[in-house]
Amino acid sequence: MASEQPGFWARVQRASVERLHIRLESLVVLLALSTAMALLSPYFLSLSNFLNILLATSTIGVLAIAATFVIGSGGLDLSLGSVMGLAGVAGAFVAVNLGWPSVLAVIACILAGAIAGYINGQLVTRAFVPAFIVTLGMLGLARGLALVISQGRAIYGLPAEIVYIGQGRPFGIPMPVIIFVLTAIVAHAVLAYTRFGRHTLALGDSEGAARAAGIRVEHHRRIIYTLSGALAGLAGLLFTARVNAGDPTAGINYELTAITAAIIGGTNLFGGRASILGTMIGALIMGVLQNGLTLLAVQSYYQQMAIGAVLILAVFIDQYQVRKESRV
Amino acid sequence: MTLLSLRGIRKSFGAVDVLHGVDLSVAAGEVVGLVGDNGAGKSTLMKTITGIYRADSGSIEFDGKDILALDPGQRRQLGIEMIYQDLSLAKQQDVASNIFLGREPTKRLLGLFPGFVDKGEMDRQAAKMIERLGAHLPSINRSVGSFSGGQQQTVAIARALTFNPKLVIMDEPTAALAVREVQSVLDLIRRLKSEGIAVILISHRLNDVLSVTDRIVVLRHGRADADLVTARTNMNEVVSRIVGGGDIAAAAAHEQRG
Repeated sequence: MASEQPGFWARVQRASVERLHIRLESLVVLLALSTAMALLSPYFLSLSNFLNILLATSTIGVLAIAATFVIGSGGLDLSLGSVMGLAGVAGAFVAVNLGWPSVLAVIACILAGAIAGYINGQLVTRAFVPAFIVTLGMLGLARGLALVISQGRAIYGLPAEIVYIGQGRPFGIPMPVIIFVLTAIVAHAVLAYTRFGRHTLALGDSEGAARAAGIRVEHHRRIIYTLSGALAGLAGLLFTARVNAGDPTAGINYELTAITAAIIGGTNLFGGRASILGTMIGALIMGVLQNGLTLLAVQSYYQQMAIGAVLILAVFIDQYQVRKESRV
Repeated sequence: MTLLSLRGIRKSFGAVDVLHGVDLSVAAGEVVGLVGDNGAGKSTLMKTITGIYRADSGSIEFDGKDILALDPGQRRQLGIEMIYQDLSLAKQQDVASNIFLGREPTKRLLGLFPGFVDKGEMDRQAAKMIERLGAHLPSINRSVGSFSGGQQQTVAIARALTFNPKLVIMDEPTAALAVREVQSVLDLIRRLKSEGIAVILISHRLNDVLSVTDRIVVLRHGRADADLVTARTNMNEVVSRIVGGGDIAAAAAHEQRG
């Protein structure tokens, strides 16, 4: 392994990380998992099921993008699922209870998420409370507020425009999938190719180095948390529009899946290394896993267990590789 | 020609007097070793030069200008650069990212979207900087953390050079390096000197200080206790000036071994 010339596989691995920003292993896992599912279930390999997987992945995928930015910057956002639930309720409340135009409902979703994220960022950077605690607190706060606003019941009767965002199919492609893919492309460009993205990773890598280089560290962190909240708001919009209801219990445990997707995709749990392309593969792995288990009629309780196990396994493998590399 | 001139620098933190009137001068292109025991005030003195601390009294002139009132950013623009012991590198990012961190050249994507980092330009310039230092790195696209300590020093020095410094202050650059790596870092310091850049080298490794500097200033109890010309001094004298008497022979013998 430690020879002067790296082997073919090692060179391909390095090239894929440097040029495409993805870890080859995750792609292999995705292909292996898909092949296994295709062999086990005759329904797996079909266009409609493929779109199903993408549709089911779209909400989680948007949350996973948020998780990638935050974790890549050396932070953590455990409130993603709750903020998503709050945002969906806020949008439904504006559209149904207040009867305001759909555009305002859409804005309300994203704004509610952004405000929650902004509060996270302020507390992390100014009050010096660890991100783990701040966002854990926000997990409870946002969920509680969603239940208060909706009085504990789902808000039904959304206007047609909003339902279209969740159920419309221009060119046969579900709207959430289109929005998800566009968001991912923009996010990838921002993280991989802009100064903002590079500073985000440098910050997660070494806060001292970022500060020495003149990057406004606290300001940057506040932007990241606000962005994370806004993306959770977008996820809330997609979910609410798809199920045609502002459900205050939407998104419970989604942060678990989103963070898992980011980690599987090669995001370093402690920051400094992250890519949206990698996270997308991670999100697809989670999507295929859930879809396949459903097709195989495995109880959803077991699926929950599978996700938890995958998260621990992914972090284990990642840390194992980091230790191996540092020894070379 | 005197580049940096400190006169009567005093600095105290509350009741603790750290610097009691330090005089120090550095000429352009000169390599000056700053040695002294732990707590002698080396770090404090350097931070009053870079502007992180403001001296309580005394004067600091750099390139003929009084810089006492300037903040660290303004002093850096005048050409004072410091490389800290931890190097302040982002270990998971590659060479160019570290060299240009915070000042990345940008271009428009497809001629439309501004703010995109010009990675090709960054890599080209980074390779040029490394070449200018006469150093070799395994690959410019590898993460800096995979490099050896000496190679990481090279990256840190290359980054410092992009600011076109006239004075580079290095804090213990050889402390954590293997023997062969120490030589390459000392070569880098000689390279800086040959380009007319002055260097202040803070180090506990007196062998390194004696081999690369023009002068050695000994800081003791917050004063510049001795100002020695390297060519006319030796290990014994430097050690005796640092410890200020006592069992000099034993201390010097210890240094000689180490």
